[in-house]
Amino acid sequence: MSAEAYGAQRPLPDREEPLRETLGGHLLSVERASRPVRAAPAPAPRQRVPFPFSAIVAQEEMKNALILSAIDPTIGGVLIFGDRGTGKSTAIRALAALLPRMRAIVGCPYGCEPGRPAASCEHCQRLSLDKVRRGQAESHLVPVPVVDLPLGATEDRVVGALDLERALARGEKAFQPGLLAKAHRGFLYIDEVNLLEDHLVDVLLDVAASGENVVEREGLSIRHPARFVLVGSGNPEEGELRPQLLDRFGLSVDVETPSDLETRIEVVRRRDAFDRDPEAFADAWRGRDAGIRRRISAARKKVGSMTTSEAALRRATELCIALGTDGLRGELTLIRAARALAAYQGEDSVEEEHVRIVAPMALRHRLRRSPLDDSRATARVERAIGEVFGS
Amino acid sequence: MTADPARKDPAGADLAGLALAVMAIAPEAAGGIWLRAQPGPDRDRWLAALRAHALPAVPFRRMPAGIAESRLIGGLDLAATLASGLPVTERGLLAEADGGYLVISMAERLDPWQASLVSATAETGELHVERDGVTQTLPAHFAMVALDEGIDDEAPPAILTERLGLVLDLAHAPFGEPLFTVDAVAAARARLPAVATSARIIGELCAAAAGFGLASLRPSLQAVGVARALAALHGRLDVADEDAILAAALVLAPRAVQWPSRQEQQEEAPPPLPQDADTPPPENPPEDQSGDPPDDVMSQSALAALPAGLLADLKARAASGRQRSAGKAGAREKNARRGRAVGVKPGDPRTGARLGLIDTLRAAAPWQKLRRGASFGDGTIAVRREDFRIVRRRARRRTTTLFIVDASGSSALQRLGEAKGAVQLLLAECYVRRDEVALITFRGRVAEMVLPPTRALARAARALAGLAGGGGTPLATAIDTARQVAEGIMRSGRTPVLVFMTDARANIGRDGQPGRERAMADARQSARELAALGQTTILIDTANKPGEAAAVLADAMEARYLPLPYAAPEMVVHAVSQERPAPRAAQRA
Repeated sequence: MSAEAYGAQRPLPDREEPLRETLGGHLLSVERASRPVRAAPAPAPRQRVPFPFSAIVAQEEMKNALILSAIDPTIGGVLIFGDRGTGKSTAIRALAALLPRMRAIVGCPYGCEPGRPAASCEHCQRLSLDKVRRGQAESHLVPVPVVDLPLGATEDRVVGALDLERALARGEKAFQPGLLAKAHRGFLYIDEVNLLEDHLVDVLLDVAASGENVVEREGLSIRHPARFVLVGSGNPEEGELRPQLLDRFGLSVDVETPSDLETRIEVVRRRDAFDRDPEAFADAWRGRDAGIRRRISAARKKVGSMTTSEAALRRATELCIALGTDGLRGELTLIRAARALAAYQGEDSVEEEHVRIVAPMALRHRLRRSPLDDSRATARVERAIGEVFGS
Repeated sequence: MTADPARKDPAGADLAGLALAVMAIAPEAAGGIWLRAQPGPDRDRWLAALRAHALPAVPFRRMPAGIAESRLIGGLDLAATLASGLPVTERGLLAEADGGYLVISMAERLDPWQASLVSATAETGELHVERDGVTQTLPAHFAMVALDEGIDDEAPPAILTERLGLVLDLAHAPFGEPLFTVDAVAAARARLPAVATSARIIGELCAAAAGFGLASLRPSLQAVGVARALAALHGRLDVADEDAILAAALVLAPRAVQWPSRQEQQEEAPPPLPQDADTPPPENPPEDQSGDPPDDVMSQSALAALPAGLLADLKARAASGRQRSAGKAGAREKNARRGRAVGVKPGDPRTGARLGLIDTLRAAAPWQKLRRGASFGDGTIAVRREDFRIVRRRARRRTTTLFIVDASGSSALQRLGEAKGAVQLLLAECYVRRDEVALITFRGRVAEMVLPPTRALARAARALAGLAGGGGTPLATAIDTARQVAEGIMRSGRTPVLVFMTDARANIGRDGQPGRERAMADARQSARELAALGQTTILIDTANKPGEAAAVLADAMEARYLPLPYAAPEMVVHAVSQERPAPRAAQRA
């Protein structure tokens, strides 16, 4: 952004008179309280061009993990932990711009998929069921939601709550959906995930496990679908993540600042070029971003019909046994991630090599924890890979 | 081709004046300034000058220490909502600062949570409000002026200082008069978009950053932006070497964690001893640069531009292996000072609990039609007793267990091993309880904070890995250090538990002189001062034959005395768990 744009003068808010901002998307006028005047929604702030995904230097594992979770949401989200200034949030915002659009039923507040409406979606259940199931309900293409859970979000906005405006103005008991509703079928991104309040973590754990948000508050009793890919990022120096939350992430990535000087210079050079002229920079990379988008789309179509070789399955199991990961979740994630990778590479079946590549990100956060072994998790996985694959 | 520092001597540059100009010309490229200064006329003059040189009428918003979350982010305006009977939203401070400057008071006291919020907002230039039924995305482009009044190695959270490109210490780089006129700054601002940076300059700045041991890439990027602003200021359309050197002096050098050139190859080698304040900065780059000449020239020239006093400070800090920004960043748990609101419950606010107004309102809302009947919609709201919601605060006080371990003499290795084991076990326990652990060791003449309060396992592991032992027993110094650290812990709203592991055979006095008699007397004196704090203290006597010395000392510090000649880590942990204050119910609702 240029200095001129930065300094562009905006009117200062008048301190005497509180600003009347949008609430639930509508402007309210206080003077005529009994009959609120509805104006057009306030103009959205000028969209910033995100840094192109394909222009992110190095950090291959992080990029791969994000792509895989976009191909197969059932892999279960990505946790990105690492140094400051490694482009964690840049990558996630870039991914949002990269994702192919999705088809959703018109008018559904949760963006249900035509042909497969969520059982807990009141809107789609009310529509003629047959129509929806046969995919005949009216549908349109919408961007995949990538919802930010900002620091300081209150619980009512996360889970949804009574719509205050309608309750106060019209005496109606209406539900105002929260961020979990918005994130349905998309991504929920939590930066500084280790600073998240405990009571919000509890809510997330519950919803992420069931794919459904149950709201019982203020006389409301609502349930709605909330299936999303959880993406969290954070810096381990700020504190650890609760083990239960850690476990919810399908993949985990450790990012480090590149130490090689040439790579570092390239990062700074690209970022500098982007900061000076975001549009031109984004234009220059548009082709490559589109290439990745096409590959993701193709992989999505394919991933359901992949075959998995016997050898790949056996290796996955051996690896999990060697590492002593608890439960089946590790194995399942490992296979799913390997399948998404194979699909992304345009192959028809999952081979040992795919398992080997995704093993670190699928397993490193599932090792049985010994208090101070955290930093060596990657090494342990790699050792086990060496043993199992006999490299 | 390399930079030629002789072209224009950057030494003696007015860093305060340059930083001011950069903040006025390219606030977004710089991100902000980390302004270390005690409150006083100098700092006020600098701030006033910034205001004078900035674009006219841009907002300057001051963020006071301890600002409420709701004021920072905005949300429902309660007064207006209650007055009108309709939800009215209010704009938070971060959105108000849009297009201008956010002046953060006492940034060193900022808790990590607030720091993260401010940083994330500054990074994206957008404030996402998801509170009290309000959903908004507001523009929030601002540059930060973080006022740091910290003493010693108190510092703002690292997550914030990362985003503050410029670093200025007014004690070392005094502010005289603004170097440039308002017009000159305005002209530079207009010139800025046209200023280009060559690939060579970018490369050299990156290399210099690597030479200073800066892992993050942000400083390099900020240095490029600052160099460009400096070029604009000097009427150039291409960044020249001297611009880059000064940018390195303003952005990179003050964050140095290692010294370029000679020390570069041997990171783990003993760092240089602290230099006297009057040692001149290296005027000439060392001759023996075999590796990468450009970065040496750049970083050495940057160092030459630093005031001598600052340079000495930096070297002392790098020598002690601590980084200003690294110490306390993880130390403070979220808002422990006042206890964060963790939710609401029905209750009577007259008992002294804080009323959760929005939740009360929300509880009352569904009944309005019923209660108000015909007069519904006239703008008043009927709230009844059963609607009242009170704020629940964090239920338990957090503790920080502070180990003070004797690393002197023959028993050092064994003791250290035990202490490491105990710290690890306690960390595992704290992991669940969300408590913190810190470790001070003492040997030779000094007591050293090896592990600042943390609950980050990875960090603790690193700190514990390279502990050394041997030398004299400066017990008095250790107790004094422990007291200071404990006071710091108390200031941040936590409860310290002190665990001494020593045989209490002091032989180095408070003044660093050897002599057993004197050393023991000093230690008892320090112990009594520690006792005045009134905090839970345990003294584990680690002598092979537990003796009177330690018991007397424990008495003086009003500590529980535990003779454990072969202190197994499990036993230490058990003893500490016994002593640790039981989880208290809400200290205050």
